[in-house]
Amino acid sequence: MTPRPFISIEGLVKSYGGPVAVFRDLWLSIDKGEFICLIGHSGCGKTTILNALAGLDEVDGGCILMDGRELAGPSLDRAVIFQSHALMPWMTVQGNVEFAVKSRWPGWSAVKRRDQARAFIDLVGLGGAADKKPAELSGGMKQRVGIARALSIEPKMLLMDEPFSALDALTRGTLQDEVLRICHETQQTVFMITHDVDEAILLADRIVLMTNGPDAVIAEIVENTLPRNRSRQDLHRHPHYYRIRNHLIEFLVDRSRAFDRSGLDKRRPPVTRPGPGGPAPLEPPQESAAAQAEPMLKSH
Amino acid sequence: MTGMHASLTLRAALLSAVLLVLFLLVWHLAVQGTGPVATVDPEYAKLMGISATQGKSAMPGPLDVLSSFWTHLSNPFYDNGPNDKGIGIQIGYSLVRVLTGFGLAVAVALPLGFLIGMSPLMYRALDPFFQLLKPISPLAWMPLALYTIKDSSASSIFVIFICSLWPMLLNTAFGVASVRKEWVNVARTLEVGPLRKAFQVILPAAAPTIITGMRISIGIAWLVIVAAEMLVGGTGIGYFVWNEWNNLSITSVINAILFIGLIGLLLDQMLARLVKAVTYPE
Repeated sequence: MTPRPFISIEGLVKSYGGPVAVFRDLWLSIDKGEFICLIGHSGCGKTTILNALAGLDEVDGGCILMDGRELAGPSLDRAVIFQSHALMPWMTVQGNVEFAVKSRWPGWSAVKRRDQARAFIDLVGLGGAADKKPAELSGGMKQRVGIARALSIEPKMLLMDEPFSALDALTRGTLQDEVLRICHETQQTVFMITHDVDEAILLADRIVLMTNGPDAVIAEIVENTLPRNRSRQDLHRHPHYYRIRNHLIEFLVDRSRAFDRSGLDKRRPPVTRPGPGGPAPLEPPQESAAAQAEPMLKSH
Repeated sequence: MTGMHASLTLRAALLSAVLLVLFLLVWHLAVQGTGPVATVDPEYAKLMGISATQGKSAMPGPLDVLSSFWTHLSNPFYDNGPNDKGIGIQIGYSLVRVLTGFGLAVAVALPLGFLIGMSPLMYRALDPFFQLLKPISPLAWMPLALYTIKDSSASSIFVIFICSLWPMLLNTAFGVASVRKEWVNVARTLEVGPLRKAFQVILPAAAPTIITGMRISIGIAWLVIVAAEMLVGGTGIGYFVWNEWNNLSITSVINAILFIGLIGLLLDQMLARLVKAVTYPE
């Protein structure tokens, strides 16, 4: 008997109201402290899955268990970092974070609340901007506040919906580093949606690949075999990096569109480890189209 | 850039002043007498005053208006019986009516607009009624008000109430309904209670729209009170205008017009300040 996963998505269904579904019978489990990235093209229902995890969207079937209990609506256990930061523009940075802290611990004194907010504003490196309004901040700084707000309530899980997609490349890189550091420090369980393959390889322990919608499925789960103490600077030097990267890109370009789902066990999608020695599927054997990606790999 | 901006403001102010002076000059010249006209019957001349003998226009000039403006301003609160009260007292009556009617409308429109804005069903269900009621001239309610309330002053307050209601109600409902979904979602994920969500998320988010509705309302209310008071009579600046017209005192009418404009400007600017105070840059 395997230990009960922290999060267990079981047979999730989301339909458009007709016979065609966004996705159907979706299964995924997430362990505590794991960083999961979900990759897929627009329209495959990624955000719907995240919103279902957050409790913001209703689904049409299946359920999500957290610590063995079914999720019912939004909860302070699961903090969301929104793509568009979603800060309240009439509150200062401090006010925005304190708003969350007060929601989490309504009984706290003002001083305690302020200190908690302050600690997380400092954590994301915005100590000097605590009294500024969001409109006075750059896009990257706003997203940092969003991260501070989400972390300040000390959630059991962090949900991120393409948190860096609206930022320029330079800011994105810095923020990725910080999220990596903070999540490792706090042993945070994270579920993140991204379009960015490099971002996924940098941050995720496992990368979940979804086919295109409608009727999207989890095609494959890629295990990231890069060492956990990886950093953005030397990511590309690791021998596994390009193998994983090529595998992911090849999926996005090719297989996500024309995925052969015959023989796919939706409850246990194949787990691959393209890192060590090329894309060798571990579980259900599968003549992977990824083999075509071989010539692109660097030889070692 | 600031230098250019300042100079534009300065130039605009200068132009305003020039236009004002030009207008006053034209006004002054237009109402000048044309000198002695053809001899008339002295009895008739006595009756008609200088407008008949000197060709002087019955329309007062800017200097006449200015001097009576000072007279009004230097003693605004005298009370010599129902038909002779200082302009300050009359404006006071009008302001009390406007503020009472407006205040009642705020008390109804804000909570009601909030509830309607929160419920897409109510919003849709009630919208046709609002759209029908909104274009009705508030004075059309006057006979109905007089018949049911049976008090002229209360009826004019009711008319102010009804004309202030719609812009505030519609703006509040619209502002509340169009609060950004992501802010509501933040509140949801933080398990914020309904009251705290209403006061700390929805209200500040919708405040600029709501206060803008109030600004429109107070403007309309001030427009309508003059007409309402002309209709019901008794007291108020509208009654004052009509009374002075019956006295054929055009100077006083022009004075009243000036005062109405100034008070209206003041009310509007107060709400404009408030709008600015609650507006948040994004």
